[in-house]
Amino acid sequence: MNQPNTLTRIEDPAMAEIQPQQAQPTFSATEPAPEGHRTVGKITVDNPKMSARDVNVYYGEKHAIKHVELDIGTNEVIALIGPSGCGKSTFLRTLNRMNDTIDICRVTGNISLDGQDIYDRRLDVVQLRARVGMVFQKPNPFPKSIFDNVAYGPKIHGMTSSRAELEDLVRWSLEKAGLWHEVKDRLEQPGTGLSGGQQQRLCIARAIAVSPEVILMDEPCSALDPIATAKIEELIDELRENYSIVIVTHSMQQAARVSQRTAYFHLGDLIEVGETEQIFTNPEHKLTEGYITGRFG
Amino acid sequence: MNLSVVLTAVLGLAALAYHFGRRRAFAVVSGRVRDLHSLPSYYGMHTALWCGVPALIVMSLWLAFEPSIMTNLVVERLPEAMRHVPESQLNLVINDIRNAVNGTMTGNDPAIREAADYYLQLRTVSHAAMAVVLFALCAAGGSWAWKRIAPDFRARNRVEKSMSVLLILCSMVAVFTTIGIVLSVLFESLRFFQQIPLTDFLFGLEWSPQTAMRADQVGASGAFGMIPLLTGTLLVSGIAMLVAVPLGLMSALYLSEYAPSRVRTFGKPLLEVLAGIPTVVYGFFAAITVAPFLRDLGASVGLQVASESALAAGAVMGIMIIPFVSSLSDDVINAVPQAMRDGSYALGATKSETIKNVVLPAALPGIVGSVLLAISRAIGETMIVVMAAGLSAKLTANPLEAVTTVTVQIVTLLVGDQEFDSPKTLAAFALGLVLFLITLVLNIIALHVVRKYREQYE
Ligand SMILES: Nc1ncnc2c1ncn2[C@@H]1O[C@H](COP(=O)(O)OP(=O)(O)O)[C@@H](O)[C@H]1O
Ligand SMILES: [Mg+2]
Repeated sequence: MNQPNTLTRIEDPAMAEIQPQQAQPTFSATEPAPEGHRTVGKITVDNPKMSARDVNVYYGEKHAIKHVELDIGTNEVIALIGPSGCGKSTFLRTLNRMNDTIDICRVTGNISLDGQDIYDRRLDVVQLRARVGMVFQKPNPFPKSIFDNVAYGPKIHGMTSSRAELEDLVRWSLEKAGLWHEVKDRLEQPGTGLSGGQQQRLCIARAIAVSPEVILMDEPCSALDPIATAKIEELIDELRENYSIVIVTHSMQQAARVSQRTAYFHLGDLIEVGETEQIFTNPEHKLTEGYITGRFG
Repeated sequence: MNLSVVLTAVLGLAALAYHFGRRRAFAVVSGRVRDLHSLPSYYGMHTALWCGVPALIVMSLWLAFEPSIMTNLVVERLPEAMRHVPESQLNLVINDIRNAVNGTMTGNDPAIREAADYYLQLRTVSHAAMAVVLFALCAAGGSWAWKRIAPDFRARNRVEKSMSVLLILCSMVAVFTTIGIVLSVLFESLRFFQQIPLTDFLFGLEWSPQTAMRADQVGASGAFGMIPLLTGTLLVSGIAMLVAVPLGLMSALYLSEYAPSRVRTFGKPLLEVLAGIPTVVYGFFAAITVAPFLRDLGASVGLQVASESALAAGAVMGIMIIPFVSSLSDDVINAVPQAMRDGSYALGATKSETIKNVVLPAALPGIVGSVLLAISRAIGETMIVVMAAGLSAKLTANPLEAVTTVTVQIVTLLVGDQEFDSPKTLAAFALGLVLFLITLVLNIIALHVVRKYREQYE
């Protein structure tokens, strides 16, 4: 990152005109990588939890994800970064088949969870989504009490057999999400009455309550203030002990702070994957470098 | 001069004023529009307004006062014998004169003929005078505004101002009409309650509005208890809601949650066509098709169904109301954010679980609001019940019997020749007042509920 450099460039109009000519990139931010691009870096891991092979996603005619191959490791946080509209959310949503709810969306290729194909007809998407939970960009608690928000998933899946058991599970989930102490005295109040950061942790608790193995997070902090963001980042770090986490983020600092691996997407292509450290200090691909250094995106 | 000619001429002058105003605006800055405070068309409009509006105001005032003044003048010229008669008879004479003026005279009284001729003559003079005054006003107003055009004259602000005045006037028309209707119903009802005690009306169990014209008349009980009408109304509306709410809600759910977008684009307008069918068509559908069908069906299973039953009217009314419930519910269901559904799906909930646990609870206040609006529509509905529910004011909860409703009774009380001060006629106003209050309360509650619901997601 060379933040100061970026700033001087904006402040100095003369420089702004010269700069693009000096650093003429081989790739442009608005053009896709050449046809048949192969992802740079190591897409596999030793103990994969999920793996995607030759995944394509189409919205009608639009080819939104192109031949993506990527492993998601057990107990790792992997960050998906890239400019807006490059298909991060789309890829994330293929991992728990949330794209099924979009009529015009078509997915090809192979995605497996613990070696089992999740697009297999025999697989029940209800079960899949219990195993692969999701947290959204904007906190979306149900207009129900805090307790009922967390109890929603367990009730649907019939996970508990008594009220006491359910209460224990709700408490456990809220504790895991670091929210218990803030809400334990007002479990009956509506979840929508919490602050933005609390709502997002409530949504995480809600996802944890159905004991998933993977948690997908789509820009979970983009609607939050810095303090709430710091709390969530801390939480993600703790959750890594028990879950695999895929997080989409717009903040490169955030990716650097919470993830072990980072994948850079560009207009539907997965350009480069690698250790987070390496991606941010020594990217191999020109496009990755362009994005990381803030030249575009 | 013919009135429409005068009106056209005034409007034409205003158009001319627009043209000249605009031209002068260009001229005062010799074509450099940027030096003007407002666009040239605003100067044109300002001139046109000053030319046309005062003239139009004077014209409408003139026409409003003209008939009464002229009638007075005509009456003064009538022969002594015709003038010094009681007021009611004088009114008859004036009526005759009016008829003669309009060329629909029946009698052939020379005095009246003469009066009519005088009236016509006066009218010609009056209109001519009016035309002169109006054209003078146009010229004066227009040229005054035209003279004021200068680069820093704020024409735009003045035109905008007069636009807002115009809009205020238009909305006033609706408001004052409503107030007028409410007041007239209220006062007529008060006259009714002077003759029939309020408690008899509100709590009486018998409705039989045949008042005696003469003391010895038989079969004229004159009972004005509105309870049977109210129960009849509630029975029919209740049946209608039993039909409309489930059907409307289910179709809204299907259309918004399940239907592929192609079905939705066809289905929704198709359903709304139901709302466009004239109620009189529903009425004879109920009376001629549904009611006999229900009667025969009842007969075949040994049930006595009246040929005009609350069930038939209610069921058909329910069909009519389906689109109200469905399209309003559809709106509120669509207003439930997609994020809420996604949250539920992402936890592994199925579509129906999501609808039951998330979408419906979130949309509930809005749905309740739409149902309340539908109920108030059902209570006020007239045509279907007039044709299919019958006239017998029976206090019953049996949907297979004929009942009557508040609206039906209002219609029957006022159909035909009426004396406008008998309790029988005035009762219609009292019923109307009750109906108005009920629907008003329902609407207020419904709007309140719907607004509460909107706030929740904004
Ligand atoms: N529901 C949809 N229908 C059609 N096109 C979509 C839809 N969702 C996303 N897209 C398109 O797919 C591409 C990738 O979008 P998305 O995955 O949301 O990008 P990102 O999350 O990286 O900003 C974009 O070009 C977007 O316009
Ligand atoms: Mg996105």
